[in-house]
Amino acid sequence: MRFPVDRMPVADAAACAYPDGCHAYDVQGASFCYGKSPVRESRWVLGDVSLHVESGEILGIVGPNGSGKTSLLKLLAKLAVPQRGTLSLFGRNLVDLSREEMARTVAFVPQESAPAFSFTVAETVLMGRYPHRRQSRWSLGFGWEDPEDCAAAAQAMATMDISHLASRAVTDLSGGERQRAMIARALAQTPRVLLLDEPTAFLDLQHQLEICSVLRRLSDEQGLTVVIVSHDLNLASQYCDRIVMLKEGSVYSMGTPSEVLSVEALRAVYGCEVLIDPHPESGLPRVTLPRQAVPFRS
Amino acid sequence: MMPSAGHSTSPAPALASPPLPSTSRHTSPPITGRERPFQGAILTPGRWCLIVGSLSVLALILAGVCLQLGTEYIGPGKLVGVFSSALFGQPTDNDALKTTGVILLQVRLPRVFLGFLVGVCLASVGVALQALLRNPLADPYVLGVSSGAALGVAVAVLFGIGTTVLAFSLLPVCGFLGGLVALLVVYRMAATYDRLPIHSVLLAGVILNAIFSALIMFITSIMEPNRSFGMMAWLMGSLTAPAYPALAALSVYLLAGLFLLFKQVRVLNILALGEEPARSLGIDTERAKRVIFLVSALLTGAVVSFSGMIGFIGMIIPHAVRLVIGADHRVLLPASALVGGIFLMVADTMARTFFVPSEVPVGIITALAGGPFFVYLLVWRKDRLA
Repeated sequence: MRFPVDRMPVADAAACAYPDGCHAYDVQGASFCYGKSPVRESRWVLGDVSLHVESGEILGIVGPNGSGKTSLLKLLAKLAVPQRGTLSLFGRNLVDLSREEMARTVAFVPQESAPAFSFTVAETVLMGRYPHRRQSRWSLGFGWEDPEDCAAAAQAMATMDISHLASRAVTDLSGGERQRAMIARALAQTPRVLLLDEPTAFLDLQHQLEICSVLRRLSDEQGLTVVIVSHDLNLASQYCDRIVMLKEGSVYSMGTPSEVLSVEALRAVYGCEVLIDPHPESGLPRVTLPRQAVPFRS
Repeated sequence: MMPSAGHSTSPAPALASPPLPSTSRHTSPPITGRERPFQGAILTPGRWCLIVGSLSVLALILAGVCLQLGTEYIGPGKLVGVFSSALFGQPTDNDALKTTGVILLQVRLPRVFLGFLVGVCLASVGVALQALLRNPLADPYVLGVSSGAALGVAVAVLFGIGTTVLAFSLLPVCGFLGGLVALLVVYRMAATYDRLPIHSVLLAGVILNAIFSALIMFITSIMEPNRSFGMMAWLMGSLTAPAYPALAALSVYLLAGLFLLFKQVRVLNILALGEEPARSLGIDTERAKRVIFLVSALLTGAVVSFSGMIGFIGMIIPHAVRLVIGADHRVLLPASALVGGIFLMVADTMARTFFVPSEVPVGIITALAGGPFFVYLLVWRKDRLA
């Protein structure tokens, strides 16, 4: 145990107003494309996607480039609205949730999102407190941090192991440190759902492992629901409770890693022959690339 | 897992709790935030007051110095004498003091005040645009907002609607419309799939500047020679002091714009993260963008209609201030505004004293200071711009 996650604050009272026993997300028949409705049916980025995310689980979204993974995550974060279908968050329709309510419940970490200017790490993490801070009419937009904000931010930074970087400029950090700062920013929101787009893309092995273990622990101990978009099938297999595999904008298969990750499925979705054997520790499927690519079959 | 030794070598944490070996970290008391955990890492109200207060005092002192300098030097004693007689209504029989009073109150004071106000506005607009476009090189001049506003004003002058309607000049309104068109065109040209690449923003600004300059040149060339000469002098950026009623109207206009901008400081902070993260934090980014675009065009339009194209203040000042006091817009905006005001006030004093009895347009001085700084940023600080 390296990270003191036991003290990580969970969602505030407002977020707990959701009824228990609901799925974190229910997505029904969601179709989405950028811009207005597409001319042809084949132009949908996501076509008729139905899935659910259970409360407190880690769900992995995998699939080849352009299969709509990031778009699906944006739908979940309400950064994009589907043209057809409905999404609900803990039993409430996403359309009915206000911006602030949404931001207090769901935190989103995009693929690359460093601030453009030399904010300190502490300032960046404290930005996550924005949806929790009261702003009076006369505060002229200032709104100083109160102890609760600082506590949540300090906790999030301890969880992500960046407390020692508090006064460093974000622009001076390494890629991995910056990514951890951005995840800490999301944790400072004290969300019930954490949405991550390729969180381990810029990280070295040690920090990949640590971030995944922290997410696992937050999910197990605090009931944090996590949705991860990842290219790394092995990380998804080891750390996700369930995996959704997308192919060309629709759900190809959904289930536990052992159910989803099979040689046949990967051949059908990625068009590529891979080797799959059980992981020596966990027995979960482990995907290995062959030495020689088998030519695409058209 | 990382050995605990790795932690003891890392820089001292800014948290108030001492660094603990990794095995005992769980037993440390919960972080309550009462111990001021981010000492030195975040902005506090005390630091805000210190920075803004000392800059205000500096601005007042320098304003006093700028009032003394000019074609005729006016000593501090006379300065105090004139102001006290003006404020407390003591009539003077001294003729020399009367002349000095006219110079000070009718010529220098409005001009120094206008210089300060214009600097404040240009620097504030620069801060807002840089945050909105996530681009440290953004500036109303570089982006073509100033030339858009200038074109609006030039067109108004050409068609003779520059005169006053109900004692209210329409020129700032025309400048506002021109600036707004320029901003929207730059934004539309540069935005690709929710992202604003730094270089395409700059390119869009360059192209727009070229087109607008050509149109302004065209308008100038078809004007009568005596009017076109005045036009050229105005375009180069000069702070010709207006009469007090006009100055008061301008101040009200600009203060309203600054107030709207100040209400957005925290939103500006978060917009620097990017548009999507800002939206996921519950910010109505479309509304914020509209407000900032409108206010920027408003301020730039008003300033340009009074003082022509004074460039680069919106870029140099926020950048320099950010280097010294950090990026938090809650203090960056007021501090940049004050420093911008001081900078233009001093630059204008230089413009009117260096080549006595003739006068250099202050736009030339700011461009000569700003151009090299821009090159420095683009060439030596590339890493910061990526």
